[in-house]
Amino acid sequence: MATEKNVLWFQAAGCSGCAVSVLNSESPNIRNLLIDEVVPGSHISLKFMPTVMAGSGQVVLNVLKDHTEGEPKNFILVIEGSVPTFSSGAFGLLGEDENKEHIPMMKTVLELAKKADAIIALGTCASFGGIPAAEGNITGAMGISEFLMTNSVKKPIINVPGCPPHPDWFVNTVAKVILFGLPKPEEIDEQGRLKDFYGKLIHDNCPRRAHFDVGRFAKSPNEPGCLYELGCKGPVTYADCPLRKWNNGTNWCVDNGSPCNGCTESGYPDFMSPLYKKTLADNIKLKL
Amino acid sequence: MHHISIDPITRIEGHLKVDVTVDGGAVKEANCSGTLYRGFEQILKGRDPRDAQRLTQRVCGVCPTGHAMAASLNLDNAFGASSEIPKNGRILRNLILGSNYLQSHVLHFYHLAALDFVDVASVAEYTGADRDLLSIKTFISKGELAPFVPRYEGDYRFDTKINQELTRHYVVALQIRKLAHQMLTIFGGKMPHNCAIYPGGVFGELTVDKITSFLWHLKKMQDFIEDIYIPDVLGVATTYSDYFKIGAGCKNYLSYGVFDLESSNAEYAQKKRFHNAGAVSGLKDYSKLDASKVAESVKHSWYADSEPVHPRDGKTEPDVHRQGAYSFLKSPRYDTEVYEVGPLARMVVSRASENDKIGNVLNSALLDANLKPEDLDSCLGRHLARALEAKIVAEEMSNWLLELEPGKPLCFDAKIPEAAEGYGLTEAPRGALGHFIKIEDSKIANYQLVVPTTWNASPKDDNGKPGPIEQALIGTPVKDVENPFEVVRIVRSFDPCLACAIHMITPEGKALGEYRVS
Repeated sequence: MATEKNVLWFQAAGCSGCAVSVLNSESPNIRNLLIDEVVPGSHISLKFMPTVMAGSGQVVLNVLKDHTEGEPKNFILVIEGSVPTFSSGAFGLLGEDENKEHIPMMKTVLELAKKADAIIALGTCASFGGIPAAEGNITGAMGISEFLMTNSVKKPIINVPGCPPHPDWFVNTVAKVILFGLPKPEEIDEQGRLKDFYGKLIHDNCPRRAHFDVGRFAKSPNEPGCLYELGCKGPVTYADCPLRKWNNGTNWCVDNGSPCNGCTESGYPDFMSPLYKKTLADNIKLKL
Repeated sequence: MHHISIDPITRIEGHLKVDVTVDGGAVKEANCSGTLYRGFEQILKGRDPRDAQRLTQRVCGVCPTGHAMAASLNLDNAFGASSEIPKNGRILRNLILGSNYLQSHVLHFYHLAALDFVDVASVAEYTGADRDLLSIKTFISKGELAPFVPRYEGDYRFDTKINQELTRHYVVALQIRKLAHQMLTIFGGKMPHNCAIYPGGVFGELTVDKITSFLWHLKKMQDFIEDIYIPDVLGVATTYSDYFKIGAGCKNYLSYGVFDLESSNAEYAQKKRFHNAGAVSGLKDYSKLDASKVAESVKHSWYADSEPVHPRDGKTEPDVHRQGAYSFLKSPRYDTEVYEVGPLARMVVSRASENDKIGNVLNSALLDANLKPEDLDSCLGRHLARALEAKIVAEEMSNWLLELEPGKPLCFDAKIPEAAEGYGLTEAPRGALGHFIKIEDSKIANYQLVVPTTWNASPKDDNGKPGPIEQALIGTPVKDVENPFEVVRIVRSFDPCLACAIHMITPEGKALGEYRVS
């Protein structure tokens, strides 16, 4: 009999892009994830996941309640999206309490986080705040690590950033936790990411690297050459996109002639903006 | 009198709450509210205009491609490049957007809507040899049915065998929608959030192996749509035929038109498109699109503006003390009237503008299913229109693919002007999508989005007329207030996308007093 690994997947201030990306998982595919034993002997019981779950309204809110109240239950919390914190969380609401008052997402996230065995921050919004936390925002959105730190809650958190993250990064983070337990400190980088997937600089594995090395730069869209002058953030972005590629190995940004936007980094999008301009030359030391 | 508050409505994109009041067995009043505000308009201000095409995709992970298109058309227009898009760039944009139509329509029917009609639990009695179903059977036997339970109970009407077959299709469709993304990625770079569509055309590489690969991905999609998707929608249509009689909307349909068929004309309203632009009132009276007739009313919304204004001049400044307001949704109206948008609207508008290709598909489907023209204006009518659209868009995509010319340019190198205004009108899978920009000092001075769900889920307007979803719910009989299937089936037939409706959004009630805006 397989062990049930309970997972609650909470969507806060996000776009569902992370959820859709995970639907694109290939090995294991989404059917394997939902129904089969994801690794021998372990089955993921996805107790709460708004994009796919059958129920609506109170019946599904009760699922959350079961996990924040009463007997402690073992579960992994997946957070998608950042947490809006201004105005007592009024910019993000989910459900009503017994007094018919809106429940801020902020409150539910905090309660769930306190009870969870571990947290996976899925996507750049959940990991670092992402676009909802970018300059100009009026919602006080923040990533889950920052949010829990401000509330003095300590929990193991694994960041799986990317806008969206590659499905492999998520699925294999889950597999790693199930098979080998929580990652050891040396397996995690300073941004809380697993080195398995975020240990390599895009620039070091870029198929256009040879162009960069001889100073051959594309000046307008679809010209041959390195995309650095068109704003490519590969030199400051850690992820294995050039090796893993996207959508079942079909393509990825730079192979498509599009500059990397740096979406797996904590500085996305502000530090990477303007996205189509070389902005970082003075700030970084390129590895030549 | 019974008050039902459904929060969250799951299996849609984003955060939606629906309140209905049931009196005498039918809905008397309905209110829709979105419950998440991210403030993209404020975040976009002051940025490089070209970044809009990347950042606005992140408004919605289900239909990012529609935003990439709307933003790029908007920027093409502002950069003076609308008539300079190379033929290859135009076609590749269509293929990328078309791929996401197919992905989105399949996802919507099988993974978002079908669980309202199909009883997955019946697989417990499965006796055949299909591995997917056996896998689900094992899964059920362990008593672990999440995420397929809990759910509403009491109105699953298919017999066991059909339930099992449709459950199998649910699993097959998981692979098929993934295939659509994979197809998109051939030219789009990655999905969700493609990196190809760009002001002036597309980033990319056009080679014969990509064309061939795309063609055979598309062929598999077409087989699925014709052999499985459309028959399944017709199956639901037969068994739940009463759903052709409920969920009727406002009977006015708006479409901006989509899939440019010519590169040369700078004026959107004049540009030839596969789906025609226009407005239809009362199911058949067609008029040409006049984009200047779009105005957003805020009488019942918590915003500071007072008179209805064109979105180009729109502001997104919440005023939580506004008298008579009950939502942060604005109310976009066309020529002061309520209009529905989406696949049904597109099909009806194209047919009414004498687009015979589309009209014939719609008319013969009605004939085959023994339906009257007015039956389209219903919960199931929307599903049927969506499935038929998937079929014709896929067919058209295979024609466009063969018009591509490897070796010729994909992108016009457009320059950012010092000051300009622009607009981009297209159709996301869920309906009419408009982006509007003002550029000053070569930066974004104002950016506004009017998205499909803001049309469909809008509150009452200056004249007191409820929005399309509210109208579709009012009068609906609700058999069991504990299991209000009717309400969620009708709401989902519109394929709401709340993350998109970003600036409609509503902290309600007590939280409002604390609503702080800088």
